[in-house]
Amino acid sequence: MKRKSTPILVSIFSIVLVCFLSGSACGLSDAYKGNIYDPGALKPTDSVLKVRAGDAAPDFTLKAVSGETVSLSSYRGKKNVVLSFVPAAWTPVCSDQWPGYNILKDLFDQHDAVMLGITVDNLPTLFSWTNQMGELWFPVLSDFWPHGAVADSFGVLRSDGVSERALFIIDKKGIIRYIDVQDINKRPSLEDLIRALEKLKP
Amino acid sequence: MKIRRNSMWIILAGLFVILSPFSVSGASPPSVGGLLPDFELSVPRDYADRAYLDLSGRGTFRIPQIDTQVIIILIYSMYCPYCQAEAPSLNELYAKIEGNRTLKGKIKILGIATGNSDYETKIFKKKYSVPFPLFPDGDFTIHKLLGEVRTPYFIAVKINPDRSHRVIYSKLGRMEGIDSFLAMIVKMAGIK
Repeated sequence: MKRKSTPILVSIFSIVLVCFLSGSACGLSDAYKGNIYDPGALKPTDSVLKVRAGDAAPDFTLKAVSGETVSLSSYRGKKNVVLSFVPAAWTPVCSDQWPGYNILKDLFDQHDAVMLGITVDNLPTLFSWTNQMGELWFPVLSDFWPHGAVADSFGVLRSDGVSERALFIIDKKGIIRYIDVQDINKRPSLEDLIRALEKLKP
Repeated sequence: MKIRRNSMWIILAGLFVILSPFSVSGASPPSVGGLLPDFELSVPRDYADRAYLDLSGRGTFRIPQIDTQVIIILIYSMYCPYCQAEAPSLNELYAKIEGNRTLKGKIKILGIATGNSDYETKIFKKKYSVPFPLFPDGDFTIHKLLGEVRTPYFIAVKINPDRSHRVIYSKLGRMEGIDSFLAMIVKMAGIK
């Protein structure tokens, strides 16, 4: 009888713990009003990386919201590149990620780096979403078609068709120097990203 | 025995339903006339911030312990576009208070950076030359206690000489005007 009551007690403890610790843990800007779709807590990661630090980054060419076409290889020999994959437009954590990077241009400039924001959304969706963020200094690229092909080439395309929340630093030689595939439910550490940029040779 | 086991699971399900509203994330935003939820902030390491709040030493403090009549609390995030846009106006609000003999020392401002690390909080402070103290709330602990409000969110708290307090303003969104916002706070607090 004593043994049988143990699972029940564990269950009670778990329920109490979940009730008191649960929460969306997401500070959301009023800029988006009530237009953010909250998918709830998701599986932290759902893909297998296809690249490692030290590998040459897979090249890609994507259309930007601004209308330009951006190729990763066009930065070779000129700029370090930070790729910021975010899962989807109009979702909680993503909507409060790029606006933070938008006030960091000075820091990126110090490390001779540019940022490229990428999602699997189409251009009209990205246009209306990023308009809420103010004027972004970095290109926002659509990896919509072939769907998520660029995310897949890095190994950050999830099974439901969105990308992971992932950061890659690619140096001027086109070599991947830093990878952070973050728990999709959380914003990546800014400090870790900037420290990684600091390690790049000028 | 089977019936007894089923009863236990029904009780567990009931427990979950009953406890859910009391979860940390179930808190409501502070209401006017009410109290702030009980939380502590770290005494700032920066001398100017410490002097502004008239705090000394290390450790933690509670907002009603601040030696002032009104504290304006800004709930913000460096990742929030509206908060970024509001930063210059808040600096102006600070300058107006500090430049007014009647108000200086009687109204103070502090910011709580929801979901921001210490590093991110410092970046925002430096980027916008914020002259008042900012406190990181990296794990959203305070944010949950404050009802997970969207940002920016303003709370003004009247602090009495006996350190009792009450919320006199609690509202989502940017200030509609610096002068009118300040006049409203002064009026609500009864500062003369």
